[in-house]
Amino acid sequence: MSKRIDVKDLNVYYGDFLAVEDVSINIEAKSVTAFIGPSGCGKSTFLRTLNRMHEVIPGARVEGEVLLDGDNLYGPGVDPVTVRSQIGMVFQRPNPFPTMSIRDNVLAGVKLNNKKISKGEADVLVERSLKGANLWNEVKDRLEKPGSGLSGGQQQRLCIARAIAVEPQVILMDEPCSALDPISTLAIEDLINELKDQYTVVIVTHNMQQAARVSDKTAFFNIAGTGKPGKLIEYGDTHTIFSNPVQKATEDYVSGRFG
Amino acid sequence: MTSTLTPVRSKRSALTKGQLPKYAPYAVLAAALIVGAAILALIGFNAFGWGLVSALLFAIGLVSWSAMVEGSRRAKDKLATCLVVGSFLVALLPLVSVIWTVLVNGIPGLMDPGFLTTSMNGVTGAFDNKAVESGGPVMGGIYHAILGTVQITLLATVISVPVGLLTAIYLVEYGHDGRLAKAITFFVDVMTGIPSIVAGLFAAAFFFVVVGPGTKTGAVAAVALSVLMIPVVVRSSEEMLKIVPNELREAAYALGVRKWRTILKVVIPTAISGIASGVTLAIARVIGETAPILVTAGFATSINSNVFGGWMASLPTFIYTQILNPTSPSNPDPSSQRAWGAALVLIILVMVLNLVARLIARIFAPKTGR
Repeated sequence: MSKRIDVKDLNVYYGDFLAVEDVSINIEAKSVTAFIGPSGCGKSTFLRTLNRMHEVIPGARVEGEVLLDGDNLYGPGVDPVTVRSQIGMVFQRPNPFPTMSIRDNVLAGVKLNNKKISKGEADVLVERSLKGANLWNEVKDRLEKPGSGLSGGQQQRLCIARAIAVEPQVILMDEPCSALDPISTLAIEDLINELKDQYTVVIVTHNMQQAARVSDKTAFFNIAGTGKPGKLIEYGDTHTIFSNPVQKATEDYVSGRFG
Repeated sequence: MTSTLTPVRSKRSALTKGQLPKYAPYAVLAAALIVGAAILALIGFNAFGWGLVSALLFAIGLVSWSAMVEGSRRAKDKLATCLVVGSFLVALLPLVSVIWTVLVNGIPGLMDPGFLTTSMNGVTGAFDNKAVESGGPVMGGIYHAILGTVQITLLATVISVPVGLLTAIYLVEYGHDGRLAKAITFFVDVMTGIPSIVAGLFAAAFFFVVVGPGTKTGAVAAVALSVLMIPVVVRSSEEMLKIVPNELREAAYALGVRKWRTILKVVIPTAISGIASGVTLAIARVIGETAPILVTAGFATSINSNVFGGWMASLPTFIYTQILNPTSPSNPDPSSQRAWGAALVLIILVMVLNLVARLIARIFAPKTGR
């Protein structure tokens, strides 16, 4: 239940502005890939092109190919909704639906799509998803309480449970820990390690230690200056990127000399 | 371990030095009231003048005392407080006055037997003359007018809420500030400024063309009122949809939910409390309209429960005709009593609607708590 992603010569635009230029990258199935780089270098923008969330913003468009196990996400006639049900996403700020209970939040992907599900199946799905997100023990007694009453870290794990409840092939995470304290961060990082047994995980992070801790491969993005497009500078095994990078810019960044 | 704390001498804190005592405003107020009463007594006492003079004396007294003791910064602060509170009281005055007048004049009307349960059907000037001459109860009631108001307003709401809400959804979710969205926003603003009589004439003329000359029914009035309601509903719903965080929409999209489902199941439920109270306020805004109803629904003295046929009474038009054309021209008092009673009922209706709006907002509000 996981697929690989291959990106070929991808250019990402906001209107006429080229935000990310010429990215080619191969993301293995059942692995954790981290995107690092300074702010504004296009990591998040690029991540959002991997499940066609980028085009939600008016005027945003993409040139090039993104292949999910060989199928082009941007091919003619491809429905972005189908793409997104296969490639889930967790956002920077926890965003549980405020009108729904914890249980309904987990079932949101099913219920919002009006799929019929029996109560028994729903219970199984809720328990499995919440266990998968390491949240079950904390919320099992208050599933009917609103999701917005949880702490920030719990909310973020609820969002992860919500994402894995629709059983995607790939999970994208856009700085999932940047709004969380170290203990909640640790909980999420442990979770990412478990998730890679089943899913392909791509994570954007500002925290280089985090990238080093959780990822198998790391991609370093950089930007030449304000108004210039972001570029993929180097991509390789996390160990190599952090200990023995090929590019000077990568070495400067991971050793803390800039950025 | 020995204590290194030395006992602190009890004295007035140096940090609160140079402040007016706590009772200062009350003392100044009492003095202002007494002096004000004395001044007014010289030129002829009246309550309004007393309040005005006392307020001025209070402001001057408190500010100058503060300037002497506390310095200019605090004096300015006191002056600003006086101005703010004074403006608030001035703004409150008409409201209190209206409610008081309507209560005093309306309660006798409301106490008439059958006032809420009978119509004006068959109530002639002879009854009113008899009521005045022999002191009997005032006959007649406003049941037909309440029924008309409720039906017309309900139909107007049924027309304008779908139109208004869907317009707001287009503007916020699909318009992207394009040319059409800008044009709609502009015309909605224009519609907000339409005088209500013009809306009434529009509905009357429209039904004149479509159905036939002289068509006056509750439905025509409802169309006129919805012309007035739609822009209010569009505006308030638009604002409410706009403040739904974009993150929630993205969260739904990322789960593979279609846009229209996201709007239906995530955006609208999140905003529903604001939308509901906006709709209720729009209803409260049109329920008291008189002119458009006069030219579209006419006026009736008997109960008409068919909103699509025949002339229909409503509370505002009832008040208007009772005051302007009393049932008994020689004894207008019973008519004006009925009019005041109807006015009280109308105010209560609007107030109940506002309370309902708050209740709806509370029931639908996103839930918090652990």
